[in-house]
Amino acid sequence: MNAAASVSAPAAVAKRPKRPRGSRLRAAALALPLVAFIVVTFIAPLGTMLVRSVHAPVVADAMSETVALLGDWDGGSLPAEAVFATAARELLKAREDRVIGQVATRVNRVQAGLRSAVTRTARRLRGLQPESWRAAMIETHAAWGEVDTWRALLLAGERYTGRNYLHALDLKRDAAGDIVAQPSEQRIYMALLARTLAVSLAITLLCLLLGYPVAYFIAHAPPGRANWLLLLVLVPFWTSLLVRTTSWIVLLQSQGVVNDLLVLIGLVNDDERLALIYNLNGTLVAMTHVLLPFMVLPLYSVMRTIPATHMSAAASLGAGFGKAFWRVYWPQTLPGVGAGSLLVFILSIGYYITPALVGGRTGQLISNMIAFHMQQSLNWGLAAALGGILLACVVALYLVYDRLVGVERMKLG
Amino acid sequence: MLAGAALMTAGTAVAAESLTVVSWGGSYGRASRLAVLEPFSAETGIEVKVEDYNGGLAQIRAQVETGIVTWDVVDLETPDLVRGCDEALLEEVDREALPPAADGTPAAEDYFPDTMTDCGPATLFYATIVAYNSELYPDGEPRPNSIADFFDLEKFPGRRGMRRLPQVNLEFALMADGVAHDQVYATLDTPAGLERAFHKLDTIKDSILWWETGAQPPQILADQEVAMTTAYNGRIFNAQVVEKQPFVVIWDGQVLDTGGFGIVAKTKKLEAAQKLVLYASRPEVQARIGQYISYSPARRSATALVTTHKETGVEMAPHMPTSEPNLPLSLSNDWEWWSDHGEEVNERFAAWLAR
Repeated sequence: MNAAASVSAPAAVAKRPKRPRGSRLRAAALALPLVAFIVVTFIAPLGTMLVRSVHAPVVADAMSETVALLGDWDGGSLPAEAVFATAARELLKAREDRVIGQVATRVNRVQAGLRSAVTRTARRLRGLQPESWRAAMIETHAAWGEVDTWRALLLAGERYTGRNYLHALDLKRDAAGDIVAQPSEQRIYMALLARTLAVSLAITLLCLLLGYPVAYFIAHAPPGRANWLLLLVLVPFWTSLLVRTTSWIVLLQSQGVVNDLLVLIGLVNDDERLALIYNLNGTLVAMTHVLLPFMVLPLYSVMRTIPATHMSAAASLGAGFGKAFWRVYWPQTLPGVGAGSLLVFILSIGYYITPALVGGRTGQLISNMIAFHMQQSLNWGLAAALGGILLACVVALYLVYDRLVGVERMKLG
Repeated sequence: MLAGAALMTAGTAVAAESLTVVSWGGSYGRASRLAVLEPFSAETGIEVKVEDYNGGLAQIRAQVETGIVTWDVVDLETPDLVRGCDEALLEEVDREALPPAADGTPAAEDYFPDTMTDCGPATLFYATIVAYNSELYPDGEPRPNSIADFFDLEKFPGRRGMRRLPQVNLEFALMADGVAHDQVYATLDTPAGLERAFHKLDTIKDSILWWETGAQPPQILADQEVAMTTAYNGRIFNAQVVEKQPFVVIWDGQVLDTGGFGIVAKTKKLEAAQKLVLYASRPEVQARIGQYISYSPARRSATALVTTHKETGVEMAPHMPTSEPNLPLSLSNDWEWWSDHGEEVNERFAAWLAR
């Protein structure tokens, strides 16, 4: 937006020297629809998701009095009858207000097994006027007779919580409140994040390896042929992502074209066809193909600006092709290499649909887990925390790049 | 939001008496349409539009939270009916309004235990069973006949199909490992028992092909991509009887579930939706489903009304999960256990899958 304003301002000044401020405002107003669009479609959803990752007020709101009473509780033995009575009243109220399910979910996330304690108690206590709420609650669900249950309720009553981020980092708080690692069979996110970063790096290197010669070839072909070659890069770029991904399924599946060919020329036995897809290999191949144009285009635009005379000059001064390339050509393409690599890397760590379709069991990335928590487990807080961590990775990467290479040297085309 | 609200009012103004009903598609979706939805339209004049989904509450939650409700009635698994009710994603249904049995027995007594929820009763029982393709097991050679055989790769080599969820699979694993049916959930409730179930799944992990929609198991079985697969019994029935596939069902260790219609909260067509739920709770309507697919009614008085398959005349009783020889072999899904531990176990399952 700043760029838009600063570009249009001098032109406006030249045209209407008398009213620079008004026309500047008017020029800025032209950008307003875009600003509004970005706020509504990008910044606001991103903000609410990030807030969701730490803000979980449902228990704090629905059971405020119980949580307040528990604040004064010694934590060693079962709470007093008054706490039971208040809890029962607020559970019944929560059921009437139809937030009991959310309360149960929140408590169950602190300690698995308590969902039924909350929902069943709220269901069965309706209309009762027992002498002792403590006895009545323990009778509906034995969990109310455990000190840990009340501790979990107190923890769930925190309005702001770091639980989701701890969880996303394979950590948790133990009973004493210290941060410890999750048991090994429950650890998943760090390994998945590491896999995501490794796969993204591999894809970036593959794209660079495959894309650099292509870009070089196009940039230095005669103009007529270059246009045709560029079209060959752009047509897949303009083709639907789904079409490109599913065509890899056709090619790579066990009864697919590649396997058929390998069997035909006798490299592979018919009953030992290679598993080329629905695993990590599928994710690597399909994503490299999908993201290749994002590498080729910035490289091409940088290479096009490098005069051919530079290489000739180097050769005339006695450098062989290898030396001339490394000392003269390659350094000049670095802005393109940086832009392409950063673009491909950042796109791949958030990639979702391709690994979901061709990644099988071993080719899933962290974004697939985020989708799982958004769509199936409905744990949006955890999904938001995972997204937040991914965002932090991208920002960190950008800063490192800026530090090492300098963002102003980046050329996107 | 604003645009959504505007769209919604426009939508309701055009179609006053039509309902969007979301169901499971495939042979079950067809049975539901022929046995319930089309007769309902004929009786009430309310037009029904059918959409398919793969279960779960995510889409309903998204619609209710954004206020853009496009689904009116959804065919849900009972655990989701309960959970959706607790989370105010579904409208409550008055139990008193449910029609009594033909002999006057009140609905509350006519329904089997645990089939009624505050947001509507279940319509039917269905089972997750193991099925195999008999072409892969020629006459004279041993054939699998128990849930333990499903996990026995030495005796019965070949790939296995399983739904990509821990639900039901952990139960199968424990039963195959020799845990008595009435001890399955007590065992799962302990860390050692959960470990034992995953350990048993480990023994066949590399041979499992994971399926996600109910239509897949008969398909992979017909294509012989797997030697055996878990499946919904009605889908296998349809393949056996209508498509004449040589499939055999192993009833040992079948896991029983129930399902029924839920009304999406804040629907603009509450009255029509309620009419549909009440219609589907009639004994004769529940029995009619049993003329198209082998899912048995949730009401006692409807059970006796199920006789033969409408299109082929096949006797239904042997194919029903709740009929005499099959019922004692079953395990009832303890959805309360799953509502307590589902989230944690699903996560562990995901970690286990990714390893």
